[in-house]
Amino acid sequence: MTTMTSEDFVARIEQAKQSSDWRPVFEMIPYFTYLGLRLERTDGRLICILPEDKKFIGNPTLPALHGGVIGAFLESTALVHLFATQEVTRLPKIINITVEYLRSGKPIETYAEAVVTKPGRRVANMRIEAWQKDRDRPIAAAHANFLVS
Amino acid sequence: MSDAFDISQIQNIIDHGIPHCADIGVRVHDMNADGVTFSLPYQERFAGNPVNGVLHGGIITTLIDTAAGMCIYARLQKYMPLATLDLRIDYLKPATPGEDVYTHATCYRTTKQIAFVRAIAYHSDPDDPIANAVGTFMLKSTTGKTLNEAADEKRTKS
Repeated sequence: MTTMTSEDFVARIEQAKQSSDWRPVFEMIPYFTYLGLRLERTDGRLICILPEDKKFIGNPTLPALHGGVIGAFLESTALVHLFATQEVTRLPKIINITVEYLRSGKPIETYAEAVVTKPGRRVANMRIEAWQKDRDRPIAAAHANFLVS
Repeated sequence: MSDAFDISQIQNIIDHGIPHCADIGVRVHDMNADGVTFSLPYQERFAGNPVNGVLHGGIITTLIDTAAGMCIYARLQKYMPLATLDLRIDYLKPATPGEDVYTHATCYRTTKQIAFVRAIAYHSDPDDPIANAVGTFMLKSTTGKTLNEAADEKRTKS
């Protein structure tokens, strides 16, 4: 592993907040790099993007994305949203997540957006939705709790 | 029926029928009517914490989701298309960097259309789990090919 400290990490998040360039933060997190995640700001909203990649397929006969990848993508989107919108003094820790699978995810580019339903002092409650071509036809939704301090 | 559910058959499905599981390297250890045990070797590329190398929760979700689906086949003693309806995971403690993660999943109830599953993730002691999960699945979700048929086809072709 790198010799990065918690302080370095928080500093990079602060930098990204200033510059709106989140690539240096994403590049530090190995699993984000594996997923190839990107973040885009459209009309003031933060949208996380999971690229199209055959390695994410869970069912080749439909074909459909692996449910685990969708869950991981929703969790990652929530985390990024916390980085971008909350005062981050440490890496938030996930407490739990409930993923509801609404439609089968095609192996194409997928988007997700998170909202903080309750920004507590110690716990942030989040709601996250993922969709593909049509924002009004979500493929999955989740709610999750993160320990933030 | 024992041939259909030996470990090498299940490993074959993982390796040839589920591209994402093949990519991350899911291993099959046990599969019987009581449930399934799978593992994932520790890999730095799945770390979510760049400071200490702790695995991202998402990769544990993936391992649990895979085992949760497969334990339904083990209980029903047959393959059929499944769709996850929901999956809840409680992260009880961080995974230890460098250690492999195991999961044990059990299907404890099925109805005509739905299967109910519980699962844990752990390193070496199932009584000291990293994560606890419950999920529900829809049975016979499509009329398409089952995963074992897809895996056999792919293996014959390659």
